[in-house]
Amino acid sequence: MSTTTNLEPNQDLIERVARRRRRQKTEQKAVTVLLFLAALISIFTTVGVVILLVSQSAGFFAEVSIWKFLTGTEWAPHLSPEKSGVLELVGGTLLVAVVAGIVALTLGLGAAIFLSEYAPEKLRRILKPILEVLAGIPTVVYGYFALTFVTPIFQTLFGAEQVSIFNALSAGIVMGLMIMPMVSTLSEDAMVAVPRSLRDAAYALGATRFEVATKVVMPAALSGIVASFILAMSRAIGETMIVKIAAGAQPNLTLNPLESIQTMTAYIVQISGGEAAQGSFEYKTIFAVGLLLFTMTLLMNIIGRWVISRFRQEYE
Amino acid sequence: MNKPNMLNRSRNTWHTIRVWRDRLFVVGFVMSVAIGILGLAALLIDILADGLPYLNWNFISSYSSYEPTEAGILGPLGGTLWIAGLTALFTIPLGVGTAIYLEEFATKNRLNRLIELNIANLAGVPSVIYGLLGLAMFVQFLFGGSRNVTAGALTMTLLVLPIVVIASQEAIKAVPASYRDAAYAMGANRWQVVKSVVLPQAMPGMMSGIILALSRAIGESAPILIISSLVVVTFVPTTPDSSFTVLPLQIFTWIGHQNPEFRGIAAAAIIVLLGLLLTMNGIAIWIRNKYQVRPEQ
Repeated sequence: MSTTTNLEPNQDLIERVARRRRRQKTEQKAVTVLLFLAALISIFTTVGVVILLVSQSAGFFAEVSIWKFLTGTEWAPHLSPEKSGVLELVGGTLLVAVVAGIVALTLGLGAAIFLSEYAPEKLRRILKPILEVLAGIPTVVYGYFALTFVTPIFQTLFGAEQVSIFNALSAGIVMGLMIMPMVSTLSEDAMVAVPRSLRDAAYALGATRFEVATKVVMPAALSGIVASFILAMSRAIGETMIVKIAAGAQPNLTLNPLESIQTMTAYIVQISGGEAAQGSFEYKTIFAVGLLLFTMTLLMNIIGRWVISRFRQEYE
Repeated sequence: MNKPNMLNRSRNTWHTIRVWRDRLFVVGFVMSVAIGILGLAALLIDILADGLPYLNWNFISSYSSYEPTEAGILGPLGGTLWIAGLTALFTIPLGVGTAIYLEEFATKNRLNRLIELNIANLAGVPSVIYGLLGLAMFVQFLFGGSRNVTAGALTMTLLVLPIVVIASQEAIKAVPASYRDAAYAMGANRWQVVKSVVLPQAMPGMMSGIILALSRAIGESAPILIISSLVVVTFVPTTPDSSFTVLPLQIFTWIGHQNPEFRGIAAAAIIVLLGLLLTMNGIAIWIRNKYQVRPEQ
């Protein structure tokens, strides 16, 4: 008796299992859609940035031609739309970025070579995190350091009348310190990836450690080094608080880093921080400057990553 | 007789030059590391020397004032905690969700490759640009001109989202494929595998990424400078639509103050900010070391 009932399919159980399967399927479908929407947020952000910058600067470019904006050498849009030549801001930005780049490339590359070629593993494990602390310090703190510590040193060295309180040199040097770990970490990763056998071959030919580092490891890791430098420079161009605090608010096309300058980023926060009425011509200028800044950093980032992927040496 | 000798001598000099060049550059490389570390030390000493005299309980528990000896950081400290909390609330589901989608659900099609590329690019967009976006999208469009703490947190969310996504992706990638296979073999569907196998395993890595992203949000001031534009705040935000300022912004304001004595309290506020960041980073490292036991593969 009992055997016959056991052989009969349990309709209730089958029904329950099927219902549960259906519920799990719906749940999975719902979750997939939700997760996809979360991923789309990043696309919306980029689209939002581009639409915002282009649409808001359209009013500016209606009054000032793009050519005039990019090649004019006088920046005083609060006086007249005629004086909307962004070169003064671009020049200031590049001056600080070049100082920062020189500091970051020299120190970062030196540190990367030391850490990957010379330092014993134990020392490397201690030094690397200490250097990376530099990248985690808030930029406003670097600004304070540049203004209250570095600038007074230069004023004592070169004389107070030579060195403006707000100058490109202090801001650039301190910014170089900030982006140095970026150069050293990325470069070191590229150098560590160079296989041991290449080094051993050079040593067997009688090369010194310096020769191995500069003639074997560095050329093999060149794409990583170049990319680290481009990405660090892009970071320097987009950096705001250090230059806002320590480099000044004076649009100035100069090659003398001891003078006061103004960068694109510092101009944007100066105006958007409430100095200009919304809808005024001056207010429109920040979006034109922002668009230029966005384009410059985006190009550098794309080139940097392209260099990494295109020229990376693959070793067995 | 003479010729090999000369060759020998020039070889010897060349060898000496090479050896000395090697030694000289070792010094140079050590110096680069040393300058980096000395720079960090100088920065910390400078700030401690300037700020410690002003640092006391009163400084943390009172509001800003026009009198430097009476001024405190309660208002901006409250704002910073609000920003951190709200940013975490928005960032964690979005960032972790994006990472799960890209690693576990996405097929390798064009749209998904575009999303990944786009996230990498967003990580390189300057923070002022996010400030402009936040001002237009959140302050003016969403909140009708109210410069409130939610608008600030939403802006910070967009800023740190790429960091959380990339860190979470790394954490998910580190979960061995065999774990997933075992779960699939038991008849679990994709979401069940993610929910009960991948996420618990990847949690410590994700947590440390999230904490690092939040410490970035706490230290960032340029976007908040655009969005908040408040100089003196004598209240702690109580509702999500309250206006606010944050610690780095208060520090910035005090650095620029005409009265040089305000630089001292700026340095004291920097000590508090660095202390906060150090604690968060310490927790992130602790979590990583405690829980991230690599299973043998």
